[in-house]
Amino acid sequence: MFYRETGQFKTSYAADQQIFPIRQDRIGVVLLLIAAFVVMPLAASNYWFNAILIPFLIFSLAAIGLNILTGYAGQLSLGSAAFMAVGAYAAYNFQVRVEGMPILVSFMLAGLTSAGVGILFGLPSLRIKGFYLAVATLAAQFFIVWCLTKFPYLSNNSSSGVISVPGIEILGIKFDAPQERYLLVLAIVALLALVAKNMVRSTTGRAWMAVRDMDVAAEVIGIRLMRTKLLAFAISSFYCGVAGALYAFCYLGSVEPDGFSLDLSFKILFMIIVGGVGSILGSFLGAAFILLLPIFLDIFLPWLSALLQLPFDGATVSHIQLMVFGALIMFFLIVEPHGLARLWQIGKEKLRLWPFPH
Amino acid sequence: MARQIGDVILDLKNISLRFGGVKALTDISFDVREHEIRAIIGPNGAGKSSMLNVINGVYRPQEGEIIFRGEHRRNMDTHAAAEAGFARTFQNIALFKGMTVLDNLMAGRNLKMKSNFLQHALWWGPAKREELAHRRKVEEVIDFLDIEHIRKTPVGRLPYGLQKRVELARALAAEPQILLLDEPMAGMNVEEKQDMCRFILDVNDQLGTTIVLIEHDMGVVMDISDRVVVLDYGKKIGDGVPDDVKNNPEVIAAYLGTQH
Ligand SMILES: Nc1ncnc2c1ncn2[C@@H]1O[C@H](COP(=O)(O)OP(=O)(O)OP(=O)(O)O)[C@@H](O)[C@H]1O
Ligand SMILES: [Mg+2]
Repeated sequence: MFYRETGQFKTSYAADQQIFPIRQDRIGVVLLLIAAFVVMPLAASNYWFNAILIPFLIFSLAAIGLNILTGYAGQLSLGSAAFMAVGAYAAYNFQVRVEGMPILVSFMLAGLTSAGVGILFGLPSLRIKGFYLAVATLAAQFFIVWCLTKFPYLSNNSSSGVISVPGIEILGIKFDAPQERYLLVLAIVALLALVAKNMVRSTTGRAWMAVRDMDVAAEVIGIRLMRTKLLAFAISSFYCGVAGALYAFCYLGSVEPDGFSLDLSFKILFMIIVGGVGSILGSFLGAAFILLLPIFLDIFLPWLSALLQLPFDGATVSHIQLMVFGALIMFFLIVEPHGLARLWQIGKEKLRLWPFPH
Repeated sequence: MARQIGDVILDLKNISLRFGGVKALTDISFDVREHEIRAIIGPNGAGKSSMLNVINGVYRPQEGEIIFRGEHRRNMDTHAAAEAGFARTFQNIALFKGMTVLDNLMAGRNLKMKSNFLQHALWWGPAKREELAHRRKVEEVIDFLDIEHIRKTPVGRLPYGLQKRVELARALAAEPQILLLDEPMAGMNVEEKQDMCRFILDVNDQLGTTIVLIEHDMGVVMDISDRVVVLDYGKKIGDGVPDDVKNNPEVIAAYLGTQH
């Protein structure tokens, strides 16, 4: 009754091509932004900033990155964490080696460095697809982490590659407190999410999806496969790289190469599978889900064990977490490959018809 | 009919194509005139699809020459073909299944769009203007083919007959000079076939598009094409206006000798 486009006639194609053509969606987004930028900083506790909100935003960004490559352009990658590592270490190096380098410029350059590395490791995609490409990106994953451990130069000669990032200061304002770091991350992620949405709804995004869905036909209508795939690798790695820089500078403060392991890559892959392959919104939903699930289980399982008088210890809890994860991934892969984003969309379609089912 | 058949714009000379030991095409020559509907027929495996693939550069023939608008080439290249104004549909529908009808058609026009990804990223000036201008063009094609009601539907959810029509729409969205259609009516019911025939004739008549068409339905071929090439086992066994081809003994033999 309340959520529908009835009466909102599109009088121009411009109106029809807005990001959110339905008025209620636009209002929703504005409310969400107000909540994120105004209410949260006032209401949330330090625990929420540090343990939930900041990592949620950063992983959403990485998930958008992977979604661009895998969800939109159809190139499966298992190297997201490695590209985050490139971003983290690049930002660190620009910060400590270049006197007076503004931090935002470092983040930008971190993204670009990661994009460059991404293009390099994207080259095999011109020849191979699917499973074999995934294996090639796996090589990137191991090679990059190995490089960061092996060459002390990359970590400014710190032992075993651990880097501790300097504090953040922009135009004389320090970003130390959790809510300050949160706001910085939020601003960057919101901006880059908008940019990603713009790309995927334009010619760039259509070229990616065309290559994903039917590469011969894409070529026949004049899309250049090489350029399109490498651009997807570049942009995807840019996003992962910026996410990595934020991960080091705004979340952990100190990182080591092994922190960017294959596990982390898989975690990001699970985010897009659960959230929705080929959806920007899904990247956020998936990140929230994958981050919140363990926290939820941490609280819920001990409670359950107390209730049922079962002897759950810490190890059992983490095993059950893994099992729940596995089951969910299988559920989404089999039942709803388009993830939570699709469920959300179906929900909206139902709502549009409500209360009359037809 | 208002249209006037023009000069030869596409001339294929002595084309031979092999896949390992399989001779898909052997020494085939024929030409296509501007504004005509040129059919390619022949039994299964005769090499019809291979011929289309040679024309727009998906396959590269080992021998022969392709002359398009006076320009001689050893082979075509898909990108060059698209830029030169070739568009096509495939025997097994090759739409972008996860994209909406609208996005499929917009993608069909990608070569006409000049803005770059940075402009897209910022949804800025030229990117936005282009998106609107091309949307208008795409809507014309949507009107033309009567697919307004499915604009926003992902093509993977459409029934087969409509998918075939959307694929034609995507090809038309590119405003092609030559349209290559690989069995556009295969698997359709009578009504859908009639619609498709009408669309093809309208495209040819109203837009002046030259059409090269592969089709198994003899009735359709004889009705709508200006000239017909007949292939059998990769060789050309007939070429001419429908009536001549119909009475060509070699063609009759080829068709009686195979089942359909
Ligand atoms: N990519 C390929 N690799 C190997 N052989 C091929 C390839 N494409 C076609 N052929 C072979 O070339 C011959 C001609 O095939 P083609 O698809 O051109 O026939 P067709 O006339 O379109 O048949 P149909 O009516 O069944 O579509 C067949 O023997 C086929 O097996
Ligand atoms: Mg064929």
